[in-house]
Amino acid sequence: MNAAIRQLRNDRHRVMVTPEGIALPIILASRGARFGALLIDLILIVLAMILATLGIALLAGGTAKLGFEVDQAKGAARHALDFLIILWIAAIFLFRNAYFLFFELGPRGATLGKRMVGIRIAARDGGRLSAEMVIARNLLRDIELFLPAVLLIGASAEGTEMGPVMLGATAWFLVFALFPFFNRDRLRAGDLIAGSWVVEAPKRKLEAAMSLGQAARGTSATTGTSYRFGEAELAIYGEYELQTLERVLRENRPEAQAAVAEAICRKIGWNPGAGDERAFLEAYYTQLRARLEGGMRMGKRKADKYAGGN
Amino acid sequence: MAIFGLFGDRATAQEAAIEAAALRSDRFRQQREGDWQRLESIVTRMEAGRLRKLSDADVLALPVLYRTVASSLSVARETSLDAATLAYLEGLVQRAWFLVYGPRVGLLGWFRRFLGGEWSRAVRAIRADILIALAVMVAGVLVGWLLVASDPEWYFALVPEQFADARVPGASRAVLHGTLFGNGEQQSLSAFSAYLFSHNAQIAILAFALGFAFGIPSLLLLVQNTATMGAMLWLYHGQGLTLDFAAWLSVHGTTELFAILLAGAAGLHIGRSIAFPGEQSVLASAAAAGQRASQVMAGVVLMLVVAAILEGFARQLIDDTFGRLAVGIFMLVFWLAYFFVFRRSPNRSEQG
Repeated sequence: MNAAIRQLRNDRHRVMVTPEGIALPIILASRGARFGALLIDLILIVLAMILATLGIALLAGGTAKLGFEVDQAKGAARHALDFLIILWIAAIFLFRNAYFLFFELGPRGATLGKRMVGIRIAARDGGRLSAEMVIARNLLRDIELFLPAVLLIGASAEGTEMGPVMLGATAWFLVFALFPFFNRDRLRAGDLIAGSWVVEAPKRKLEAAMSLGQAARGTSATTGTSYRFGEAELAIYGEYELQTLERVLRENRPEAQAAVAEAICRKIGWNPGAGDERAFLEAYYTQLRARLEGGMRMGKRKADKYAGGN
Repeated sequence: MAIFGLFGDRATAQEAAIEAAALRSDRFRQQREGDWQRLESIVTRMEAGRLRKLSDADVLALPVLYRTVASSLSVARETSLDAATLAYLEGLVQRAWFLVYGPRVGLLGWFRRFLGGEWSRAVRAIRADILIALAVMVAGVLVGWLLVASDPEWYFALVPEQFADARVPGASRAVLHGTLFGNGEQQSLSAFSAYLFSHNAQIAILAFALGFAFGIPSLLLLVQNTATMGAMLWLYHGQGLTLDFAAWLSVHGTTELFAILLAGAAGLHIGRSIAFPGEQSVLASAAAAGQRASQVMAGVVLMLVVAAILEGFARQLIDDTFGRLAVGIFMLVFWLAYFFVFRRSPNRSEQG
């Protein structure tokens, strides 16, 4: 189960090289997250459209009433109504097209929906994300998403036979909706054409340094016991175990710490004592890390407990 | 005094902390932590869009801090096994990288550059595809004409119902003449032109989108649309109204057909780049072509707005052949000059 999750995550891991030559690991956004983001965006757009329509309808109603009541105002009212219709069409057009452009060209590179699920767009080649890319990927969105919808609405309004139209629109929609499932980088058609992809936006806090306390120096604050581990006792674990230990210490759950302390004691042949696990683990962690980092500086690394060598 | 005391305490506490770290890699981190946190606060404020609240010093510091933190990351990767700190640094460098190498312009800035030369450059870049699409459109008109000339029954296959109201083979000259002139008071003009716009935008976007399938459907769509035109041209020619029909069409037609030509060419450009990527990989080639074609398409939408306004207003208001021809030819010359004569070097466009 755990291995399966790791495999899944690895499947989404990519390495992007910045112009400075630093390899940055990035994680592609999951298809579910992207779908969720799109759903949120669509809801927001529809809400904005409804609000704009209501507002303009209200204005139009007032103008029409004025046209009826005052004879001289009739011509002016007609022009005003014409203008409102144009305004409405322009507003709908902008909501549909400019919404994505506006937000994705911003510093976050993400629409409101994408921000909420924590993803953003980036250039696939590691270079600058250009305005052209954003426009290209959103032009295609129009075709992927809105065209079949428009087709359906148009057909139902004109009263044509719905069967074939429905079939065509669905097939069209499916081709593009399933596009991300058929390539390694989960690109939709717009990403392919634009040279962009969607990645997870990282948001991590700086955690405390691990080797600050007294326990890290090997002395327990509660019992005053001094923990010193010998070369052989440290040599059994590698980097993978070290990072697992780090996670356990940062999560700071007593049961987990007790279990890990017991496992380590068993492995190195110590007598597990109760009540001072945290100090024990901190001391072990610090000394193990000092040993492994010392090895690193000499160019020797030990990936996990199965790795040979030092 | 008290404040000094406070600061003094903090400073000694920090020094003590640096001394307290048992590991060399943690001491490395403690010495640089200040820079990391400053970068993080700048990045956070920029991401939130609060650019005005940033001091000049912070804006200037961003690229420097980005490089500092990036080098911290490189060093930490070689010397530290603190997974949480490494993950934090990777995330921070990535966020800063997005800002340092993010889009330079907003939507308005892009639009200004777009009108000031980017659009016409993109159009010139797909010149070859435009020529092919033009040849296809001319061929489409010819095919439509020849088919209907050989057998008038073809007319009903080529011309959609909405155009085939009174304009059918066998219609008298007066009827046809009536469809071209004197429709000034037809209906609310603005709503009509808005409808036309959405209709035409769909055809153009379709022509572009179908470029995916190696551009062949784009070309078919062009043929189909221009064949309709050829058939109608034949109909009016039969009654000696060729020039009047051409003028009626040219008011908006020079703009609209040009836009559809560009859309088809943009689709073809993408199709060609997928079918014949040349030295590049298919994906890289498609991306490069897609970025050029999308510029052209953004322009096509603009042209269609212009065409719809011309069709809705100018065609109904100008009721004689000469005036219509003048408008049509003027628009054609305008577009050609804008795309192929108007050139500006990219550096100069920044200034004006």
